[in-house]
Amino acid sequence: MRQWYNTGNAVAESDNIVVETAEKIFADLADPQEINNDKKDAWRAPLWQALSEAGLPLSWVPDDLGGSGASLADGFALLNAAGRFAIAVPLAETMLAGWLLAQAKIASPEGEMTVLPASPKDRIALDADGALSGRARGVPFAKAAKHFAVLAHGKDGVSIALVDATRVRIEPGLNVGYDHSDTVTLDKVQPVAIKSAPKGFEPTTLMLMGGVARSLQIAGALEAMLDISVRYSNERVAFEKKISKFQAVQHNLARLAGESAAALAAATSAADAIASAKSFDDEVYLEAASAKIRCAEAAEKGGAIAHQVHGAIGFTIEHILHRYSLRALAWRDDFGSESHWAVELGRLVANRGADELWPLVASR
Amino acid sequence: MTAALRFDPIRLPEECEQLRKEVRAFLAEEIAAGTFDPHKPNREDTDAPEFSRRVGAKGWLGMTWPKKYGGQERSFLERYVVTEEMRVANAPTRRFFVADRQSGPVLLKYAPEHIKMDILPRICRGEICFAIGMSEPNSGSDLFAAKTRATKTDGGYLINGTKIWTSSAHIADYMIAIFRTSQPTKENRRHGLTQFLVKMKQPGIQVNPIGQITGQYEFNEVVFTDFFVPDDHVLGEVDGAWKQATSELAYERSGPERFLETYYVLTELVRAVGSNPDTRSAEGIGRLVAQLHTMRRMSVSVAGMLQAGMEPVVEASIVKDIGTVWEQQLPHRVRDLAAFVEETATNRETLERQLDFAIKTAPKLTIQGGTTEVLRGIIARGLGLR
Repeated sequence: MRQWYNTGNAVAESDNIVVETAEKIFADLADPQEINNDKKDAWRAPLWQALSEAGLPLSWVPDDLGGSGASLADGFALLNAAGRFAIAVPLAETMLAGWLLAQAKIASPEGEMTVLPASPKDRIALDADGALSGRARGVPFAKAAKHFAVLAHGKDGVSIALVDATRVRIEPGLNVGYDHSDTVTLDKVQPVAIKSAPKGFEPTTLMLMGGVARSLQIAGALEAMLDISVRYSNERVAFEKKISKFQAVQHNLARLAGESAAALAAATSAADAIASAKSFDDEVYLEAASAKIRCAEAAEKGGAIAHQVHGAIGFTIEHILHRYSLRALAWRDDFGSESHWAVELGRLVANRGADELWPLVASR
Repeated sequence: MTAALRFDPIRLPEECEQLRKEVRAFLAEEIAAGTFDPHKPNREDTDAPEFSRRVGAKGWLGMTWPKKYGGQERSFLERYVVTEEMRVANAPTRRFFVADRQSGPVLLKYAPEHIKMDILPRICRGEICFAIGMSEPNSGSDLFAAKTRATKTDGGYLINGTKIWTSSAHIADYMIAIFRTSQPTKENRRHGLTQFLVKMKQPGIQVNPIGQITGQYEFNEVVFTDFFVPDDHVLGEVDGAWKQATSELAYERSGPERFLETYYVLTELVRAVGSNPDTRSAEGIGRLVAQLHTMRRMSVSVAGMLQAGMEPVVEASIVKDIGTVWEQQLPHRVRDLAAFVEETATNRETLERQLDFAIKTAPKLTIQGGTTEVLRGIIARGLGLR
């Protein structure tokens, strides 16, 4: 199969040096086909090393806290690009962890990180002795992490802590996309550093931020799925013509384009809302929750079409399609599923009242 | 590489929010004065000539057009705000909305100066209504099969034939129509159609109303018999209408009217479930709001690209495809959730009445102004499949 990577995207075409740097690294060291052929995981370490040397995992950490101090907007664009390559190292997770620690002015260490909790259902408790206890399920790349950025609840409110990975218990697991999604248990763990979260920072803030990160990754994966599906339909011949010439296939691909477009629009809109917002108000909540809901729906509908177009070959482990389709499905589960956010958004809307729905939708 | 789809996260600028307040205040006054009832989308007569003039007096018609034609030279984004507020309020826009959205821009581009000076200011004042003459009894989605003939005669053309499904033809003062001036060629089956401006309400034109499954009479059959159209009413190139059709589409396909047609049932559902909904209702409403928000952001994005001088034809078609499928399904999804609304909800009857109408309206939404199939064909072409 032909070597493939995606270069065309509105975000990438901008003069975004962060994205340009990342795409160069992805193209060199994260080619989906080469990774798929590599049975020994030899691609993993060089990719992480290159990303680290370019300062990308700590994009959202200011210079004085050990990071590279990129803007929120540039970091979001980077996550979208990572989705287009189905990047399977903890880039998004380390970015989120660095961002979380920076909220409390805690410096980020080197190496892979991830965040706890990664689900709105889980809670980590901070006791009077300053120790952390609790269990978090579905923590992405916990097994690969050297450190955890932890959001904890104490009697004085919410705190942010840096925890050494050797202090926690990890039950490894894999998500639908074959990436690590582990259960992490903390039993009276003393953190390396801990500080109060800034005023107004709530557990929901972390979930919304993580949800938008996942939305951008899903949107990127859908762009790639559209691209490889269109390409394949223009190559594959059946009934003596290219399958792209069949109207049924064309209309399926048009729907995939629609799902991809909806995901991209929802995710980039939410990213833009967060990047330019002063606080996580109702409007940002609408944007972020909607992005996660709509991108998750698109992952299901769009992914199904990409597979349908590919037929049996796309169902093989040798083909790269699953690197996108399964990962996009897996990303739905992190930081609150679409069902979770739909209930929360529905309650918010109901609570504001019928006559305040349109003003909310039309607020930006 | 597939043509990359663009949906830049465009925000409405500050001046839009001021304008939005003005539009809301105006509509509230109209509602208070009894011009229309926002809870009744199924009113029998949607023609409101006086309302149309008052909207024109506000400067909200032809608002992006040059001032010398009565316009305001405001942005597409400002026009967007006016359009969405009118639509959400269920305001009676029938008399002016085709002229404002579509016919005016065609005239601006293709009509001779004296006609622009005559007609455009009257559109801006809300005085005249336009219809679009595209479909014929044997030519719907296949626009280029149109047969209604325009035969050259002294000083103009004689029109013979029938247009059909022509919305508002019964009240329209003008129609912009395509007629056949030559036969298609072997090389180009789209050749031979010409766009004309037609003055309605004259001998030689007969308008026959057609009843719709909603119980309304909003579209018509329009029969032309030796009807004379002067030469200066030709819009653009003779035999070359096919070159002119596509640029209109981005305007027509991506506006808020392409996903808000049944929006009222969602508002009414939120009212019916109250401030503390059960999990199923909350989840259902949350999904619908997320989908609505996403479409609006896509639609605003296209409006912003139009404002920037781009022609996002594929993006616009995607907005209409997703938007119309959504607004078609919306009454059914609301009905699903309405099954759990308490008997005691005070607006229960209103919701049921609205659902009844929205469910009857739904089938047309994916047909009018370009069917789902046509749209997906355009998107497929944009993807390089055709």
